[in-house]
Order: sequence, then structure tokens, then C-alpha cells
Amino acid sequence: MSENTVYQKSKKGRMGYSFDTYEVDHMTSTDFLPENLVRKTEARLPELSEFDVVRHYTRLSKKNYSIDTHFYPLGSCTMKYNPRINEETAAQKGFSQTHPMQYQYTVQGNLCLIYELGEALKQITGMDGVSLQPCAGAHGELTGLLMIRACLTDRGNPRKKIITPDSAHGTNPASAAMCGYGIVSIKTGEDGFIDPAEVQRVMNEDCAGIMITNPSTLGIFEKNIKKIADIVHAKGGLVYMDGANLNAVVGQISMADLGVDCLHINLHKTFSTPHGGGGPGAGPVVVNNVLEPYLPVPVISKDKYGRYFADYNREKTIGRMRVFLGNFAILVRAYTYIRELGLDGIKKVSKMAVLNANYIRARLKDHYQLKYDSPSLHEVVFSDATLKGTNVKTIDVAKRIIDYGFHPPTVYFPIIVPGAIMIEPTETESKETIDDFCDAMIKIAAEIKNNPEKIIRAPETTCISRLDEVKAVKEPVLRERF
Amino acid sequence: MRYIPHTPQDIKDMLKTIGLDSVDDLFKSIPSELKLKADLKVPPPLAEVELKQLMAEMAERNINLTEGINFIGAGAYYHYVPSVIAALIQRGEFLTAYTPYQPEVSQGTLQSIFEFQTMMSELTGMEVANASHYDLSTACAEALMMAQRINSKKKALVARSLHPQYREVIKTYFQNQNLNIIEIPFAKNGAIDLDFIYDNLDDDVSAVMVQSPNFFGVVEDMIAVGKKVKEKPALFINVTAESLAYSVLTSPGEAGADIAVGEGMSLGLGPNYGGPYLGIFATQQKYIRSMPGRLVGQTTDKNGERGYVLTFATREQHIRREKATSNICTNQSLCALMCSIYLSLMGPEGLKKLALLNMHRLRRLEELIKIKNSAALTFNAPKFNETVIELTVPAKEAVIHLLKDRIFSGVDLATYYPELDKHLLVCTTEMVSGLDVEVFVEKLARYL
Repeated sequence: MSENTVYQKSKKGRMGYSFDTYEVDHMTSTDFLPENLVRKTEARLPELSEFDVVRHYTRLSKKNYSIDTHFYPLGSCTMKYNPRINEETAAQKGFSQTHPMQYQYTVQGNLCLIYELGEALKQITGMDGVSLQPCAGAHGELTGLLMIRACLTDRGNPRKKIITPDSAHGTNPASAAMCGYGIVSIKTGEDGFIDPAEVQRVMNEDCAGIMITNPSTLGIFEKNIKKIADIVHAKGGLVYMDGANLNAVVGQISMADLGVDCLHINLHKTFSTPHGGGGPGAGPVVVNNVLEPYLPVPVISKDKYGRYFADYNREKTIGRMRVFLGNFAILVRAYTYIRELGLDGIKKVSKMAVLNANYIRARLKDHYQLKYDSPSLHEVVFSDATLKGTNVKTIDVAKRIIDYGFHPPTVYFPIIVPGAIMIEPTETESKETIDDFCDAMIKIAAEIKNNPEKIIRAPETTCISRLDEVKAVKEPVLRERF
Repeated sequence: MRYIPHTPQDIKDMLKTIGLDSVDDLFKSIPSELKLKADLKVPPPLAEVELKQLMAEMAERNINLTEGINFIGAGAYYHYVPSVIAALIQRGEFLTAYTPYQPEVSQGTLQSIFEFQTMMSELTGMEVANASHYDLSTACAEALMMAQRINSKKKALVARSLHPQYREVIKTYFQNQNLNIIEIPFAKNGAIDLDFIYDNLDDDVSAVMVQSPNFFGVVEDMIAVGKKVKEKPALFINVTAESLAYSVLTSPGEAGADIAVGEGMSLGLGPNYGGPYLGIFATQQKYIRSMPGRLVGQTTDKNGERGYVLTFATREQHIRREKATSNICTNQSLCALMCSIYLSLMGPEGLKKLALLNMHRLRRLEELIKIKNSAALTFNAPKFNETVIELTVPAKEAVIHLLKDRIFSGVDLATYYPELDKHLLVCTTEMVSGLDVEVFVEKLARYL
């Protein structure tokens, strides 16, 4: 059943606001502004009582699957539990009611938090410098690539292209393009690893370096990453690491040891800030000493008296990536999480995340086919090979999983795995939940053979059945029509 | 560790199924020389009670706006946020959902974005609005990139009265792109120098970007700017940092804007020390395919029921990769939801009255400044809820002095506009009373 929109529920004359208007009750815009600056057609906004609004949005919320309500094994998204204490600390007036343009000695608590979170992220990755400005992973990528380009420009030649493997997230080539780089795409080897020989073959003085996701989007540790970094460095290039999959290795390795010059960290993945239906997140970047001078301004530093300040005095900076200091309220959540976990907790995160993924792999590998047999870390990717000869597709399997009460895994990504089903359980799911999920997947594997029609009809338990996406493009309706 | 459910027995059983002896064996694929030799220097774990204490102490090291009277605006406007918003967005079904890639189990998020797009399209007076951007500074950069995608021209005229930090972000984004950015000066009255646009607008200009109310709070004559821009192939980009102003000022659509970008933080988000905020991005139907960012569209399911899906994905990075309209792969869904809830509560009338109240406060402030005659109003063009006043001392000194009385008196403009040293940017929202305004002007006068 579809829910009426907030506009359909609107009735002229209702109101849900509460403030004193007596001072302006008999005034209008033209009492303040000349006629030519005043709006002529009123913006149509819904008119509802406060309770109408509460009920409307509560009812909408019931139409979502979420981590709180369902297992949500989206590969590459790290959908772990979002602790409520993080929400509470971020909502404290002392943080939430501060203004980004306040005089800096009145916001020492904020600056301290930014500084300390930065130190923790440097420590966790083994890197030398940090910027917490980027608002998302893709924003972090752009920041990192701009630094790489600025560094190479300083060395005399910004170069023209950058290497990305065919398994990369689409944001990698898109960020590179925004930075003015062309793409050299390299093929993942038969075993699922990037072949250093392939990097050797394409890396030259035209290439700024490589963007590499490690663990890769196949959930595999790039065992040759150091060798690849050495090849790139020998030709004067730099190495960007997409840290989307940090959850698999956090506390186990140092990115500096891998030969990485720069990486971004998705705080909304590894550090548990809520996804909010697609944002806001945060994508801080950490860099080694080579790129440190190029960090965006301001860099939050501490003076000799222990006071925190925003340092703009940085000659080689790429500039500012965003107004003010980034998604601060997200940073508060991530910092709270890191302090709760401590060192032992951080190490346990990656261990149990990898245990859960490998358990799923062990339970499902006889029912679904692995494209690459290499050892998995935090996620496992199956192909659609077992669907061959049936009229069931990966998308149908995904929809059928919904009927069993789970959010579907990521599907059709990475694009190098045909009909990919990419499952990432994270460390916060229990053995019981994972067993239930695997049981459902095994039942579906049987249904593929015995009752494919059931799968193709799925989902049957949701408020709405499969939607016509072609129609959405052919007859675009992108807003309510009145 | 309370967030991790594994018992020792679970671990043992799971390892047995996997066929390994220890958890460490799970990491055998990482070459041993790359494994950490020494432990990380991360502080030890804290119990919730200690953690809460620590975070409370950190927060208390700040002086927050509720402890004083605030006159700071400058791109982050301090408005009242109704309690309903926090209660609704803290529902786990909204808070802990992911991007709505599976529409059958994401109709809540999708419908709320569709309603948000409608409200943004109404506020801006534009035909189409997307699901939102990180914030306005990055939306400005994306708008200029979009204009270049549409007309491939190499020049942009950008107002010097655009928020200085937005201009910095634009500069960062375009440092490797072929776009010559020319700044449009402001006139003596604080409004944009229209003559400069007349003189510099030629066939090579990709876009003209003007903010209204501008960084000084001055309301621009956007109809006049729009008319001029239309004489050439350039696109007109309308920027609105104080989105409350949409309810009373000429809308971007009425002014003939091709792209309208705005900052939605005024509408239900709160200051949060600068983020997360909400980039509003709207355009006309004909430019949809050049538009960056996520879009939700209405469609039907196989039973004819109305439903919503992510649409026009062929513009986006996960399909188009390096040919995408942007690298952006998220929106600010939860912030967009906060904004939608806010606007549903306010309605057209509430929003307009609030805007009038903001202007009313500013009028009072300006009157008192004139009466006291110790500071002067710098610009005499019409304003919304912000103005610039000229002091007899460096503005920074006044800011520090008034802090003693817990007055956050505004932004020192010397950093951004060297010619405006001794100038203070002051904002009045509904969060200051008429009396607060009197106190502020009085204390300021006494100091000067």
C-alpha cells in the first residue's frame, strides 16, 4: 500500500510551528523590501499540525529496512550497529549549539576533538597527517588526488593519467576525472589479485600513480600491494588507497607499511556513524610526509601552550575542500566510538568481521559459486554461475532474500564478477543471525531449481512489489504535481 | 566489548565450520612482513559512564550559543529547531538505513526524498531539485562544473560578495580545470556591481554566479541580474546561503536562474559547528542529464501502486565512471529529512512569518545603530537578516571584548576583505529578542 504524500495530507490553515509572531502579524514583505525584490508566487509547502507531521514520518519510517530492524549485509558498505551513546554525545548542547565562526578560544573543546580524532586516525593507519574536512568517501578521494597532483606539479610534471583496477568503485575514476586525470584501467588477474607485472607494463612518466582499494572490492587482501607501490614510486608516481574496506584490517596492519601515500577513511563504515538513508557521512584523508604539506586548510594544530587553533599558514596547501571544518557532528560520533573501543576493541572489530564473512563463505560455498577462490577477509563475493540454465537472475535472488526478512546484499558489484552477490556481515552480527541468513540463502538455492517462479515474483512481503524503473526514466516525475 | 556478540564457544564453532584453528589464521592472506609489529597507540577502552564523562567535559570546554546572545551568521544561521525533528530522525528505521538501492524495502527514505525534492523545487521556483549535496560550498563548485558541461565555455563571473569560503572551495575544485574565474565587485551600497557584469559578460562566459542575500546580508536585484545574463549564452546560477529568505525574496525561478543552489542548514538542522549541512541543488527540466547528484522519481509497481525509485542513474559514477556528471555517490538524506520535517511544520505561513521576524529584528538593530551613532552601517542597500557595521576599532577586539558579556557579536571581516577592516558582520535571527538587540548595541556603543 502506498502512503499519501505529505502534500496530500496538507490542509489549508493548519500549522505545526510555535513561535511568537505578534510583532509581524500585520506586516508583509513589502514593509521591509522594495517590490522588485519580493517573491511573487508563494512556495507551496504542506500545512499540517505537529501531530500530523509526526504520524506521517513515523509511518514512512516503517517502510524502511534498517540495521536496527534487519540484518543488512551490503557488501562494501559495512553496515554495523550504530551505538546510541554516539548520538547522545553528538547531541550535547556544548557541541551541537556551537557556531563555526565562533572565536577559536571559545571552541577549544571542538578543536580538541578534531585534533584528537585526527591523531587517532593517524595512529590507526600509521600515517603522518590528516584532514577531517571531506564529507564523504568520494570527497576524500578528490582531496587526496588534488594533493597528489599538487605534489607532482611541484616536482615539475602533474602527469596525465592515473591507474585504476577494473574492480574499483566508480567514484575512483569519477574523482580522477574531476582532478583532470585520464584513466588507465587494468584488469584484475585470474586469481583476483592485481598483477604487479600489469602495473609495471602501464606505469610510466605519464602516470600520476595508482588508486587501489585494499582489501579489494572482492574482499581480498592485495598481497602484492607493497611491490605495486614500489613500482609506482620507482617511476615517480604516488599511491592512493581507497580505504572503504578498512574494517577488515583495522588494528592489524599499518597503511604506511604498504607503501601507501594517502588514503581516505569512511567514518560511516569502519567507525560506525549512522548511514542515515545515504548520508551524512565523513571521509577524512590521512597522508604520509610526502603529501602532508598539501593538506587542505585549515589544519587543526596545537600551540606550545596546549591551545588548539586552525592553521591557515600553509604555503603548499591545495586550499579548502569545504566551508567551515567538515561534518563535525559526525566526527563527534566517530571519536566517541573509538574511545569506547580502545585498542583491544579496534583489533577485535576486524577479527570478528573477518570471522563472520568467512563463516558465511564456508556455509554458502557449496550452494553459490565463488568467482575467485582466494581467501576472503571481511566480505565474500559470489557470482551467478549457479543460476545458469534457469531464468532466475541475481536481482531475483536479491528480492527473494527480502521475503526471508533480510536486506539483500550488494548486487552486480564489483562489475568484474558476473551477477555478483557481495555479502559483508560486519562484526556486530551474531552467529544466530548469520545462521538464519545462510539457511535462507540455502533455501533460495533450492528454490532456484525447484520453484523459480516464486523467486521471480519476489518480494511478496513488502508494502510494494517490484517497481518499474524504466518508466521512472521514460516518464520522469521528480516532484509532486499539483 | 558490548558491540560484538561472539562468545568463545561461537568463535570455536565458527572456526570449525570454516576449517581453521585460530582467528589469526583468518589473516594468513596478509603477508607477515606487513602485519603490525608494535601495538597502536590508541587510548584504552572506556566504560559508558566514563565515556560520557569524557565527552561531556570536552563539550563543556566550549562556550555554546545557548549560554549567550548570538549575532553570528555568515553561512551558518542560528534558528530554532523544533523538538519533533530530533525525535523523528532518531528512529532507527531512518537513522540506520543505507542508500535506498532496494526500493521495495526503502520506500520510507525514497518517499521522504521525493517530498524533499518537491519542497526544494517549490522554494527555489525551479522545475527540478535533486536529493541534496554535502553543503552549499561544494554545491557551488558542482554548479559551475555543470554549467561548463552544458556550454563548454571557459570563463565564469563569480560575485566577490559570495561567501569567501565558498569562493575558496571553488578555487580548490577548479585548480586543474580550464575555467577563468573573474570576481564581480560589490558596489558602494553593498549590492553587486551590475555595470561590471554589463562590461564583462561576453560570449565566452559559462556562468554568472551571484548570492542573494549576499555575504553582507544585502538582497540583490536578481531579476535585473537574470535579465542581463539572458542576453548572452551564459547560465545564471543563483546562490542562497540563508534559505529562510526563499520565502520572501524573488525566487531563483522568478529571476530566470538556470541553476539554483542553496544551504539548507537554516531549515531545521542547527549550527553543529559547521556540519553536517545540506546542499540544495535545483535546475530546469532541460538540464536534468547534466545535473550531478542523486534523483528520486515516482513510478508504479506491477499492481499499479505508486512507489519511488532512484532514477537517472546513468549520469552517476557507479555506471558512467570517469564520464559521470560528478563523483558524488551520496546525498545528505537524513539532513534532507530534517529539512522536510521542518518545512512541514512551518508551512508557507510559518516560514514567511519567521522571515519577517528576522527582518524585523535587523531593522531594529539598524535603527539603534543609527541612533547611538558610535558605529555606522556600512551598506545602505536593502537587507534580509544580516548587516555590516563599521567600528572605530579592529572588529576582532570588539568581538573579544563583548564575549565577556557572553555576546557573540559577529564576524570580523578583516580576514576576508582587507578593505573592510574594522567591519563586523552581524546577524539577527528569531533567537535574539528585541531586548537582546538593545543590550548588544548598548554594550557595543559603550566599548567603542
